[in-house]
Amino acid sequence: MFEQLTSKFEDLFYRIRNKGKLSPGDLDSALREIKLALLEADVNFKVVKEFLANLKERALGEDVLESLTPAQHVIKIVNEEMIRMLGSTGGSINFASGGPTIIMMIGLQGTGKTSSVIKLAKYLKEKHHKRTSLIAADVYRPAAILQLTDMAKSIEIDVYSAKDDDPVKISKAGVEKFTRSGSDVIIIDTAGRLHIDNRMMDEIKKIRNTVKPHQVYLVLDAMTGQEAVNIASAFNATVECDGIILTKLDSDTKGGAALSVYYTLRKPIKFVSNGEKVDDFDLFYPDRIASRILGKGDVLTLIEKAEKVFDEKKAEELSRKIEKQQLDFEDFIEQLKAIKKMGSLDKVMSMLPIAKSNKAFKKIDFDQSHLDRMEAIINSMTVRERRNPDIINGSRKKRIAMGSGNSVNEINKLLKQFAKTKQMMRHFSSLKGKPGSPFGGPMGI
Amino acid sequence: MKKIFKNINMIWARFKGTGDKFWDELEEQLISSDISINTAGRILDNVKNASYETGITGLEGLKDLLKAEIIKILDGQSAGQLEISQQPPTVYLVVGVNGVGKTSAIAKMANMYKKQGKKIIFAAADTYRSAAVEQLAHFADILDIDVVNHQRNADPGAVVYDSLEKAIAKNADMVIIDTAGRMQTSYNLMEELKKIKRVVFKRLGRDPDEVLLVIDSTTGQNARSQAEIFLEAMDISGIILTKTDGTSKGGIVLTIKNDLGIPVKLVTEGEKLESIYYFDPVKFTDMIFS
Repeated sequence: MFEQLTSKFEDLFYRIRNKGKLSPGDLDSALREIKLALLEADVNFKVVKEFLANLKERALGEDVLESLTPAQHVIKIVNEEMIRMLGSTGGSINFASGGPTIIMMIGLQGTGKTSSVIKLAKYLKEKHHKRTSLIAADVYRPAAILQLTDMAKSIEIDVYSAKDDDPVKISKAGVEKFTRSGSDVIIIDTAGRLHIDNRMMDEIKKIRNTVKPHQVYLVLDAMTGQEAVNIASAFNATVECDGIILTKLDSDTKGGAALSVYYTLRKPIKFVSNGEKVDDFDLFYPDRIASRILGKGDVLTLIEKAEKVFDEKKAEELSRKIEKQQLDFEDFIEQLKAIKKMGSLDKVMSMLPIAKSNKAFKKIDFDQSHLDRMEAIINSMTVRERRNPDIINGSRKKRIAMGSGNSVNEINKLLKQFAKTKQMMRHFSSLKGKPGSPFGGPMGI
Repeated sequence: MKKIFKNINMIWARFKGTGDKFWDELEEQLISSDISINTAGRILDNVKNASYETGITGLEGLKDLLKAEIIKILDGQSAGQLEISQQPPTVYLVVGVNGVGKTSAIAKMANMYKKQGKKIIFAAADTYRSAAVEQLAHFADILDIDVVNHQRNADPGAVVYDSLEKAIAKNADMVIIDTAGRMQTSYNLMEELKKIKRVVFKRLGRDPDEVLLVIDSTTGQNARSQAEIFLEAMDISGIILTKTDGTSKGGIVLTIKNDLGIPVKLVTEGEKLESIYYFDPVKFTDMIFS
């Protein structure tokens, strides 16, 4: 996310940094570059204008030009203004006192409402231990109800649906049903609609007036262009929104729509959704995203993700082993499992700053089935082989190949890759990093 | 070459001071319709140039020059038909990122071609998303079209192969392949698409007759990245621009055509099956300025 903007700023500030001192002309060209970068990132042009005006005013007011480190100073201001522009940390949900908290999700077609409903439900169930239920109020899109019930089943959550009823009645009946059955949270999945479709906009207004949701979330596609502001404003004018859920951040979109919408609506971005897996859902942290824009990588997110799935002790042990270059296949498979838990491999890699700047890294094959194959091969090794990969000779290779259903060639490939990984780990551990985390090296900032 | 530079300089001299605001506002209008800043700059330079050469400086005249410039970029793709193979079945492969409206666009295409008397088969190659197959089957039902589908998470290539077999056995004219939405940045999923293309080649001895990238007109600059990466992987032959009944103008397709040469072929709007049209550069340009 925000990758291109990040590289733009990196280039720009690299050039300024090399010059040391800033001239008034430099400031203007810096502002121009920022303007271009923001426009290319789909930030609304009116918002860009205001943002630049604020930036310039601050830069001049703080005598940036006189500062000993003007480039750093500009970066600091850009960073701060960017964070300000992205709003506060999301995620805090105001749960209703007494009775269930009702959440309604609205948005254009294809923004990812249904997926977000499922992800939010799982999030609330796991993080807040809330009994969560869903209402399928999209009776228009073919198979929308089936999509919701099907996905809900996979996370063991109840859905209320009534195919031939009207969405207002469905919502009302669903809320009544789940209130009776003691749900803590009820999420209503509404149909996608155009913000200029009066009849459909009227419908969500009616749903809102009938079930009186405690929270209304607008689901916004992070790839939305200049119109994002108008779309969000129209929804907000019809049913006041309490927050935004930003979706599809796993693409290479720069996501400027998020900046524009917060800036215009002053409604917090609560969550971001960044992948096809149900767990690809996170709180929104403006500072992380701003620092990502400025080229530091979304390191904190990754650390948190890693900490969630890596056992702390094992991680420390691993760090030690990496340092001593004693990494073996037992650790390797442990790692494989953990990485798989963190989500798809290419997404994990994309969060590492090094993966973005290092061309060799980009060429590494992030094939998930590849991981499965590796796991199968390692599982076919004896404990001794796993601990001392050096003893794996020709006949052992043949046996492992037979056992795992692979060719000897594949075994060779894995052994080679393992050697390479060992090398890479050594490289990482030579960088300064957070101790205790196996990702401490590459993520160190 | 020299003359061009001289022209630009003179135009600049002419408009400087008096016309800056005018050009700024024109630029903003272009950008607000999601045309990239580079394309917008190029268009305006050419308009300034044309203004000097023709002596046109009035507001309406300049607007006409601007429209002509945009139509020039979009041209070479007048409202034509899609490729129809001499050896049926004609195969259309429809791809795109998540949520752009692939399945709806396919239903609309099928409706259009069915009215022309074509016998169509759907290949439900989105075996990933919940209820995707059912969504396509719903349209197939309404349109009375055969749909080939496999189990959830089955190999999309196998679905495509079977649909081609069925089309040949049943003498169908056309196979339209619905694929799962995928982010262009997902390496594996892009490889999966390449495989689908290979399956078509293997069975028919030729690539799909059209590989159509569906782009949501609400999308901003990222649509260019989508087009570029899908083009690299799939040799996209055209774009289907969806959701044009919204307020977004879809100006990014201008940038895509300008930078990558991919034409828009079809445009859809609204939820009715009939709302699909061949792309018309003039109409589209008028829309940008509406």
